[in-house]
Amino acid sequence: MSLTSSVLAGDRLALARLLSQVENDSPEGRTTLAELFLSTGKAHLIGVTGAPGTGKSSLVNQLALHFRRQDNKRVAIVAVDPSSPFTGGAVLGDRVRMRDLAGDSGVFIRSMASRGSLGGLAQTTASVVQVFDAAGYDIVIIETVGAGQGEVDIARLAHTTIVVEAPGLGDDIQAIKAGILEVADILVVNKADRPGVENTEKALRSMLELAHPTQRVFKHHGVSMNVDVPKTTPSDKMIWFPPIHRTIATEGIGIPDVAESIAKHLAHLRQSGDWAARERARLEVELEALIQEALVSRFRAGVSQKRYDEVVESVIHRTLSPWEAVKMLLNSPHTIPSSIRRGNRGEGGKSK
Amino acid sequence: MTESKTSSERIAPEGGSRRIRVLVAKPGLDGHDRGAKVVARALRDAGMEVIYTGLRQTPEMIAEAALQEDVDVVGLSILSGAHMALTPRIMELLKSNGQSNVKVFIGGIIPDEDLYRLKEMGVTGVYGPGASTDDIIRDVKHAMEG
Repeated sequence: MSLTSSVLAGDRLALARLLSQVENDSPEGRTTLAELFLSTGKAHLIGVTGAPGTGKSSLVNQLALHFRRQDNKRVAIVAVDPSSPFTGGAVLGDRVRMRDLAGDSGVFIRSMASRGSLGGLAQTTASVVQVFDAAGYDIVIIETVGAGQGEVDIARLAHTTIVVEAPGLGDDIQAIKAGILEVADILVVNKADRPGVENTEKALRSMLELAHPTQRVFKHHGVSMNVDVPKTTPSDKMIWFPPIHRTIATEGIGIPDVAESIAKHLAHLRQSGDWAARERARLEVELEALIQEALVSRFRAGVSQKRYDEVVESVIHRTLSPWEAVKMLLNSPHTIPSSIRRGNRGEGGKSK
Repeated sequence: MTESKTSSERIAPEGGSRRIRVLVAKPGLDGHDRGAKVVARALRDAGMEVIYTGLRQTPEMIAEAALQEDVDVVGLSILSGAHMALTPRIMELLKSNGQSNVKVFIGGIIPDEDLYRLKEMGVTGVYGPGASTDDIIRDVKHAMEG
């Protein structure tokens, strides 16, 4: 049985191995992912992000439990933690908070290290999520650390993004950081039994009132790609106002309300046409990245290191500008006019 | 691709790059996890990806995590003396899940007379109190080269 068929047949070891192949970007991983792509597009992708210490893992644990018990949905969890920039290693500890999910064959938890990526997700997280989608998981929860500003990759990947805050972590200021509020579809103030919960909620609410309503709903988060507003004029009902929920995740308090908002957001996405719009934007971004990667590889394969070094030398000696260097490499990668090489500045200065 | 300094990043036989993935777990009821955390950090500093599952893990939970995370190594921290009861169960579960290639290392309070039997069961390395993390790191990397 091929890896693809094994995964589609429900073989969990095959799935785990495929996830590794995809994470490591191996040739077999790429091929299998291509085969499985046709089966993707059905799962609801839920992102959970927030500063460290806000209780994201506990929240994810409770949400997954809820989806299992209430709706018998199959749930996959991808928990991303940062790799050390110095050693490349990582401690992935999110499973510690998810013991309630142990032994349930309708749940699959996979930990990933960011491996140098800066936006909060690993480069291959989107592909890993696709594998779970193809393997038939109804819900894929992606958990990642996000202090708010740079770590907004999650919003590009997920259909519904939940931002988790907690009182007493200096979050009154935290809430004001633009990144967090722009990406949140749902806001959760966890550890709501702690002092300061009122202030945290107030700060979030006042920032939300300033930020909404906007066309954010129809724009693709973080990427300056304009998604066309659907032809049917949106009424106020089509605008999504992020709700704020208080929870005590470790005790399961407030979880049903969050789950309900998730369901409402999903319905909103479908009714407003935003699901399709986001899917399109997301896939376009992915395709764009793959095209760029392929073109750069193809270019590098066509230019020898020697030629490349010669051109760099010319730029360093100011006989060639960077723009001219690029033109030259793209148009005639194998030869450099002798006038340039000899350092004849006058002739080399202008391009024809 | 260049070999990284720590050699915890390897070229995988199937192509692409790979980091050594280690599950660190405390089976049974003992609640002293400082040693496990020290080892987890040391392995991270050696460039490995450590899935830390914490306290009070049953053999079933350990085997399930090892499978989902597709780990190369399972590290067990056992200070309660229950290693002779827990280890065979864990090894058996790994095998029945199709993961007999996973290398098992055990750290904790292990009397000398049990060392041989543990090795017979297929345990790769056993470390008592005072073992150096450098030795553990070296042995894990060595086990991965095979």
